[in-house]
Amino acid sequence: MNDVLSTYEPAVGAQMVAQLRQLGKVLQGARVVHVNSTRYGGGVAEILHKLIPIKQALGLDTSWEVINGDAAFYECTKSFHNALQGDRIDIPPTLLEHFEATNRRNADELRATLEDADFVFIHDPQPAPLLALCPDRRGKWIWRCHIDLSHPYRRVWRYVRRWVRDYDASVFSLPEFSQELPHPQYLIPPSIDPLSDKNMDLTAREVTETRERFGLDPEIPLLVQVSRFDRFKDPLGVIAAHKLIDKVAPTQLVLAGGEATDDPEGALVLEEVMEAAAGNDRVHVLMLPPDAHRTINALQRAADIVIQKSIKEGFGLTVAEAMWKGKPVIGGDTGGIRLQVVDHYTGFLVNTPEGAALRARYLLHRRDLLHEMGERARRHIWENFLITRHVRDYLSLMIGLRMNNQERIEVRT
Amino acid sequence: MKPHLPPAQSSQAPFVVGDCALMTIATGTKAQNLREFREGLLKVPSSSIYHHFWGRLLTPRFDEPEYSNDFAAWAYWALHEKALAERLSAVDPSDYDDLEELRLALVDIVEITLDVRESVPSARSDQMFHFLRGKLVVMDSEVTIEHPDQLPMVLPGLSTGSVYYHFIDARRRTPDKCDDFCTWLRGWEPDYDRVITRLRDLDPFFSSLKEMRRLLTAIFAELPGDRGASGADTLPPTRVAMENS
Repeated sequence: MNDVLSTYEPAVGAQMVAQLRQLGKVLQGARVVHVNSTRYGGGVAEILHKLIPIKQALGLDTSWEVINGDAAFYECTKSFHNALQGDRIDIPPTLLEHFEATNRRNADELRATLEDADFVFIHDPQPAPLLALCPDRRGKWIWRCHIDLSHPYRRVWRYVRRWVRDYDASVFSLPEFSQELPHPQYLIPPSIDPLSDKNMDLTAREVTETRERFGLDPEIPLLVQVSRFDRFKDPLGVIAAHKLIDKVAPTQLVLAGGEATDDPEGALVLEEVMEAAAGNDRVHVLMLPPDAHRTINALQRAADIVIQKSIKEGFGLTVAEAMWKGKPVIGGDTGGIRLQVVDHYTGFLVNTPEGAALRARYLLHRRDLLHEMGERARRHIWENFLITRHVRDYLSLMIGLRMNNQERIEVRT
Repeated sequence: MKPHLPPAQSSQAPFVVGDCALMTIATGTKAQNLREFREGLLKVPSSSIYHHFWGRLLTPRFDEPEYSNDFAAWAYWALHEKALAERLSAVDPSDYDDLEELRLALVDIVEITLDVRESVPSARSDQMFHFLRGKLVVMDSEVTIEHPDQLPMVLPGLSTGSVYYHFIDARRRTPDKCDDFCTWLRGWEPDYDRVITRLRDLDPFFSSLKEMRRLLTAIFAELPGDRGASGADTLPPTRVAMENS
């Protein structure tokens, strides 16, 4: 199993791998459980697919549980998601009761595993009530919030806070997302896996083949946004930006997305996107299956510029993915995108479709700067946002919790 | 698990290179205007003051810092108070015996600005100052330096965490507030007096840790011994980027 770690050395360096092994030794045999609400689709599931094997390779007894719910449950949790990112949504009490009942049912199935674990990571609000439903828990419980919680709708946050306040620690991606909570709030940004199908090196041939498969003209500059069809990702704003660019210089736009099983709104947003794109053969809306990682990889590599024009964004893994491929990113000036896109260095932060169009035109005009920014973008991700750093942070967090939150953690063998 | 990195820096003993990483923790205190910032300065734990001077060096950043601490940077970028930023940036934490004195010095500077302003300088709601604190995770690097002559060869390959641990953190952790390299080289005196002097003259405020490593390497290059080691930060090329170029 340790071979898993060795495979990362060429990409992340021997020092990082040595650090992981050292921290892993301290936690040998610890039982760690991650819980979220979907096995496929979205950034959380994607990270867990990579994080779990690395923790296992380090000798931690790590498992991943997924809670189950019906359409009403996901309607409720999607409302949480939207409200916690600022939408004023009042959730009917009947839906909240259903949310709690679903958690009770899941708790009945998971209780033995969770109560026995040394560390339990609960991801996002969906499974948050599990802590209260596991009264005989013996380990440390961590609430990992991936959402942009900078300006939550207070009424819904008050409800969610009820469930998360008793955790031993919480983890947010940015300081702006932290809240008034009676426990330590760690700041750990997410990450990408450089060896995954989505981020590994591809041959130029594979990129060309993907371009051909979707009828993309290699002679016309390509803009790509990869995201679920979600209003917070502003796909309609991207189409509006493309219209402005295309008026001046012909460009192609790919909006590539997929479905997540815990997102009931996706189909509706996709319909709106299709309508906005209708009649423009330079806009390609692609609905990709959840395992189309290499296709997404190739599309990002084929792009001249990658766009992530989100209005709210917890982190934006697609930003890191594009930057890792040496692409400058034009991103919404919000949330976790700000952490990755250093304005004017690794891309541009924009607030409007007009802003996105302006910056795209500038970069397409100044190819030299486009390449310079792309190189800086890749280095920024390499230094800060690869999965090994993420694992190191989680290991440090667990050791820190075991040592009762001392200010300094000395780990030496 | 040991309580502390052993002081391998005693005379003639090998230099055991440590490594470290930073865990950042939100204190929950934030400020949108200068008055709230003053209140925040007074109430946050001293570890937060330390973090915004030094711990910041271990956090993701891209370019060289324009100001020497996060407080000054916020005063400039969020409040657009250039004079305040300049005064905050001029604060040298090593001039103060402890972090409480440093805290009061910062508060004094902020109060001087508040006294002369008719309205309280404010930031946009998405540019608040978030007081953070850090938790240092100290590890082994598996590198040991037997003799100062090896320093120019070893330094370029050290992680930025090692540079932080020995050059920045040592000033807080050791009784004489001295970096570990100087302490170790003192045991080899008088041969290394000049290098020690140059290390002590090195201003760490405006450097990233990578730049600090480069400067340290340049100083150690004055020592006799092997040269020409490659750096730790060799970014692997992206294949498609190369093929397309």
